[in-house]
Amino acid sequence: MASFKPTRIQVYPKLGEKVTQDTLYWKNYKAPVQIKEFGAITSIDFSPLAPHTYAVTASTRVHIYGPFSQEPVKTFTRFKDTAYSGRFRSDGQLLVAGCEDSAVRLFDVSGRVAIRMFKGHTKAVHVADFTSHGYQILTGSDDYTCKLWDIPNSAELTSYKEHTDYIRCGITSKLNRDLFFTGSYDHTLKLFDARVDKSVMNMDHGQPVESLLLYPSEGLLVSAGGRYVKVWDLLKGGQPLVSLKNHHKTVTSLCLGSNGQRLLSASLDRHVKVYSTTNYKVVHNFDYAASILSLGLAPDDESIVVGMTNGILSIKHKRTPEDSKGAVQQKRQPAYRIFVKGKNYVPKQEDYLVSKPVRQYLAKYDKLLRKFNVSKALDEAMEQWTRLRKSEIPMAVIKELDRRGTLKNALAGRDEKELCQLLSFVIMNLVDTRFTATLTTMAEMLLDIYQSTVGMSSLVDRQLLRLQELLDKETEYQQELMEVLGMLDVLFASAHPRKEVTLPGRDVCLCSIVVHLPILPCGYL
Amino acid sequence: MVAHADTRVVHRGGSKINFRAPVITQDSRFLICVSGECIKVFSTSTEECIHHLQGHKELVTGLVLNPSNHLQVFSCSEDGTIRLWDFTDGILIRVTLLRILSMHVSAKGDVFLVMPVKRNKKEKFGLVSLNLPPSVEQHVMVKGHTIVFQSVSTDPKCIAFGQGGEYVASVKDNVLHVYFLNKKTFYRFALGTSGEMAARNAFTCVACHPKDDCIATGHGDGKIRLWRNFNQEKEYTFSTVHWHHSGVNALCFTPEGTNLLSGGLESVLVQWRYGQEGQKDFLPRLGSSIKEIVVSPDGSLFCTSHTDNKITVIKNCTKVSAVIQGLVHGDGVKTALMVDPRTKALVLNGKPGHLQFYSLQRDQQLYNLDIVQQEYINQSNLDQFEVVKAALDSRGSWLATVEQRSAKEVEISLKLWAFDEHTQSFVLNTTISAPHDGPISEICFSPSSQNSTTLVSVSLDGHFKAWQLTQPDPSDDEEASWSCDFVGDYHSLEPKCCCFSADGSLLAVSFKEVVTVWSPASWDLLTTLSQPPGAIQDLCFGRLSCSKYLLGATDKNLCCWNLLTCSLEWSTALDVSLLLADPLSENVAAFCGAEKTTDLFVFRPSEPRPHFSQQALCTGRVTRAVFAPRDEPLDGCEESSQWLNRSQLYFLTHNMELLTFLTKPEEERLMALSKQVPTIDDSVAMTPFYLLLGKHRKRVPCNDEADDSRLWGESWNFGVPNLAPGNHVMSSCVSSMCLLRDEEQPTEVEMESEKEEEDSEEEGASVPPRPEHESSDTGAKLGPVLTKAEHRELRGVKKLDYSWIRGLVTSNPVVNTTKQMVKTPKQRVKTPKPMAKTPKPMVKTPKPMVKTTKPMVETTNP
Repeated sequence: MASFKPTRIQVYPKLGEKVTQDTLYWKNYKAPVQIKEFGAITSIDFSPLAPHTYAVTASTRVHIYGPFSQEPVKTFTRFKDTAYSGRFRSDGQLLVAGCEDSAVRLFDVSGRVAIRMFKGHTKAVHVADFTSHGYQILTGSDDYTCKLWDIPNSAELTSYKEHTDYIRCGITSKLNRDLFFTGSYDHTLKLFDARVDKSVMNMDHGQPVESLLLYPSEGLLVSAGGRYVKVWDLLKGGQPLVSLKNHHKTVTSLCLGSNGQRLLSASLDRHVKVYSTTNYKVVHNFDYAASILSLGLAPDDESIVVGMTNGILSIKHKRTPEDSKGAVQQKRQPAYRIFVKGKNYVPKQEDYLVSKPVRQYLAKYDKLLRKFNVSKALDEAMEQWTRLRKSEIPMAVIKELDRRGTLKNALAGRDEKELCQLLSFVIMNLVDTRFTATLTTMAEMLLDIYQSTVGMSSLVDRQLLRLQELLDKETEYQQELMEVLGMLDVLFASAHPRKEVTLPGRDVCLCSIVVHLPILPCGYL
Repeated sequence: MVAHADTRVVHRGGSKINFRAPVITQDSRFLICVSGECIKVFSTSTEECIHHLQGHKELVTGLVLNPSNHLQVFSCSEDGTIRLWDFTDGILIRVTLLRILSMHVSAKGDVFLVMPVKRNKKEKFGLVSLNLPPSVEQHVMVKGHTIVFQSVSTDPKCIAFGQGGEYVASVKDNVLHVYFLNKKTFYRFALGTSGEMAARNAFTCVACHPKDDCIATGHGDGKIRLWRNFNQEKEYTFSTVHWHHSGVNALCFTPEGTNLLSGGLESVLVQWRYGQEGQKDFLPRLGSSIKEIVVSPDGSLFCTSHTDNKITVIKNCTKVSAVIQGLVHGDGVKTALMVDPRTKALVLNGKPGHLQFYSLQRDQQLYNLDIVQQEYINQSNLDQFEVVKAALDSRGSWLATVEQRSAKEVEISLKLWAFDEHTQSFVLNTTISAPHDGPISEICFSPSSQNSTTLVSVSLDGHFKAWQLTQPDPSDDEEASWSCDFVGDYHSLEPKCCCFSADGSLLAVSFKEVVTVWSPASWDLLTTLSQPPGAIQDLCFGRLSCSKYLLGATDKNLCCWNLLTCSLEWSTALDVSLLLADPLSENVAAFCGAEKTTDLFVFRPSEPRPHFSQQALCTGRVTRAVFAPRDEPLDGCEESSQWLNRSQLYFLTHNMELLTFLTKPEEERLMALSKQVPTIDDSVAMTPFYLLLGKHRKRVPCNDEADDSRLWGESWNFGVPNLAPGNHVMSSCVSSMCLLRDEEQPTEVEMESEKEEEDSEEEGASVPPRPEHESSDTGAKLGPVLTKAEHRELRGVKKLDYSWIRGLVTSNPVVNTTKQMVKTPKQRVKTPKPMAKTPKPMVKTPKPMVKTTKPMVETTNP
């Protein structure tokens, strides 16, 4: 006697992203903390020392936030105009910031008033950074110059005027005190050596450069500008290594994560993308509410801080094991010990093992199907659907009933509420191509059976109207798709050199279509 | 055309064992059933076929136990004979000459037959009573008979004898007839015969209560009526019980009359309590609809025979204890016939939604592979999923199946199964639902021997698709699965068939009249060939030296193209229904449909003259055939049978008979083997293991048990019994048995010195082998010295009957070893040990064994 074969639930290939290690890693963050700043957040910089506070530059202020604080632990407000590029020194004691009023201010992190002020630029200073030994400051300005300043006597050391447009980004080498890079809106990146009076390396990015990033080893330089992120090999004299085009708007900020294993880029298109630095493929993607201007990642990826154009600072903290543990403990059944009773007994050598016959566990709808209770089985499957929102289960049962030729029996004799549920299921899943064929039959049967009751219940009528609306929409949509398909066919046909001779009549027809075809915009597809 | 006297078409397996109700013997140990022209005796406990009772020339139509001697069974056949067999020995006892359709025996031992009765120039079937003359002769002619009923149904279920043979009940259409044999009175009871009622009330079967005056009848609408008081025309009564939703196919009372068993399309065995019909027990899901129900005389075993050529033995009303499965015919074979390269089994669709693996050598089903994996609903007029196409790749590691259900829309799914070495079965790897928009007309694997095989499916939607195994990214932990590699079409014509060349470098796909040749490496269209008029029906590439030829069959012509010149080599007017290339030789077989019969031509594409041709092979068109490679090539040198040397041709006729060709030498050998009839031991069923071990134990009672049990263990260790190729197990058993026999022989000689021998045996058991006092050359010969011819015979012999084993056992082939053995009695016990340890190498060649024994002798010699 063969046992009952349970209904096979069709496993459909998962649509959308695949779950990889990376998605698991980058999804393991808590819900973001959002803080409203006074204006667009242009810069985020983490202190290199624990407890890794971070400076957020927005409007005329620089706020310093603690790692878990929701409010700024320190605020620098002595700016006459919009502040830019608040950066910590490598010891975390000093902070430098540029300003729209062309002055560069140096703050003691514990103080309040600027301890030095560097004046010499004629236009807004968007770039300010400490050199590696910490005694000099690099600045870049909209007056096309970049300068090195000495901190102790606040004097200008050198000035380079090589760029032909605004300098909007710059970075100093952490290994060599004399080297620094600047990127400008004239599409170029330049490497300067403080010991010589002109740039020593020149790279063409192709778009206005918005952000620069050096690898810890300083063999590779990453630049962002336009929609592109480019990686340059410095050891090969500034040869381009990769060009990434994964954003559809300007990339504004770059940052390294996971100890240099991952590269993050933020863009005005509201996305943060995570790349693997081994093959430069996108491994994860974050969505944000507004265009992103600045991005910061705490050491060990403890938190992701994103500043947006609407002045909202979004902070995501990593989920700690303790958080998840708490959730599990809540779920645990109190009678767990009873379930495992005797199951963890390890047989001794002299024990004679009597294997129990394997009991076949059937789902409730399968048990009902085995007894040919078709209506009840459908009810049960529908209940599972409402509980779990797994359309596969009722679909499999409906298919099984259809195969048995008893679907009509199962659908008949329903009251208003049940009928509404069935109809809502049809409406929700009808346009899913995987289910369309079966649900069409089911919808036809429903209409056949309940034709006479139309107009007797407002609930059912509303559902039927919804169904009609859906079908109208769907046919329209399909029609549009067919049109696009036709256009594409024609485009492909004209793109390929024709080898075989087709019927002359058809040829003429094709030509006339080609003539009248409007040029498709790229975004259309 | 030359007539070929030395090659004959024979039935080979696959006969219907469910044609008539089986018979269970008095002691419930054997089950006897009809099987085409012969009768098979099975053991109810081991499912093993014990005897083939051969003798009838035509289909066997009836089988009844002899009430006066429970060791004998009557059988009747369409050839007009009744034979009385002693089934335990398998000996034919008596033959009577008549024309018979089915037979019955009343409890008193009278024989009744259903046979055609001429009346008013209309042929009707009548029930005829027959008195067998009490003769001891082998051959008896019976003339006198009396007609009991003028018009009866030919189905034996429609006639039943009641209460010790007092009356006989017969149903036909809507009428129940009861005839009291003693009183010679006749009653007729009719049920509503008009309109719809007639069809619903039609009788389907009848059974009589063994103790009570009660007749149970089954009806077309699923009702069962219990008739009482039927010895009066007017005051008869009947009660009705109803459970079956469609017609009752079989009814049977248990021997004590306490229960009534019924079965039908639902494949549920229903057990009704006699007297309280409200209570019933069910045994559901017996596989397929029940055709017959039989209860053993002691009531302990039930036996149901099913439409899918299966007999189920049910113990204690509840448990299925054995299943005897023949080749499942179903409504027709939809898949092509294939040979599994691993098990050498024939693969074709069997039960609905299953693929069966059928061993040709053993005439036994090896296993069923569930393709659809859905609960089968036994209901008529239901569109079921059916396996319509299947293909195996050249190494047997991949199986592709197509299942189809043609309800309102055609639902198709393509499944790919990987062979799992661990579980020795196919495991589902990929399911592709709706691979094509239309029905798939053919699928085939590319024969390339590399790991990457390609599957090509050809569909009526105008496309053919190539599927390939794609290795997933190493980062993902998913398995490799199949995906579509290429979609091809040609002028939006419907493709019909596809074929790969032997090396897998070319793919030919036919589109109506045009054959397109593609390169599977680049999927380029290389060339097109056509020979109008007529659409291409079948395609096949030549093999080996003829691989440059492509053969195509259209409605009226058979064309052969040379692929080097891309031109037509030759063509001939033939209505080819099937083209088949032998994978092991250049031969191509073409089955051609003539008027109503089929002709066979076997030829090489390069030679104009056919090697073999036979006209009027069978009636109807042959659409399924296969070349099964032989285990060992025959060395027949006659020109007309040479094509059968490497492989054997099996084909299915339109009424689903599996036929094959048998050459004369082969046939003679089989005949010689089947003449030796074995006797049967009372305690154990006659199996090869019994022959091997039972005899061994009996002859040498003092042989230690451990040795035996080890041998048993070794024999069973071959793996899953239903998957290990039967002939391998067999030949290993046989060769090891021969060895035992060779060495047993001296025991009979030495019986006088039994005591001494016992002593030596004890020693042998307790101490390691003692030094022997023989010269090393005698020791070297101790192993089996089977001549090559004998060995080939051993392996070539197909397991049609175990009797051949006995033939080998009784004839002692090796004389010289025996002599040596007489000299060395002590070795008798020891030598089996190394052999028992290494039974496997023995299968291949006897030589390794000689090697294993040799070192032993050498070390002991100094």
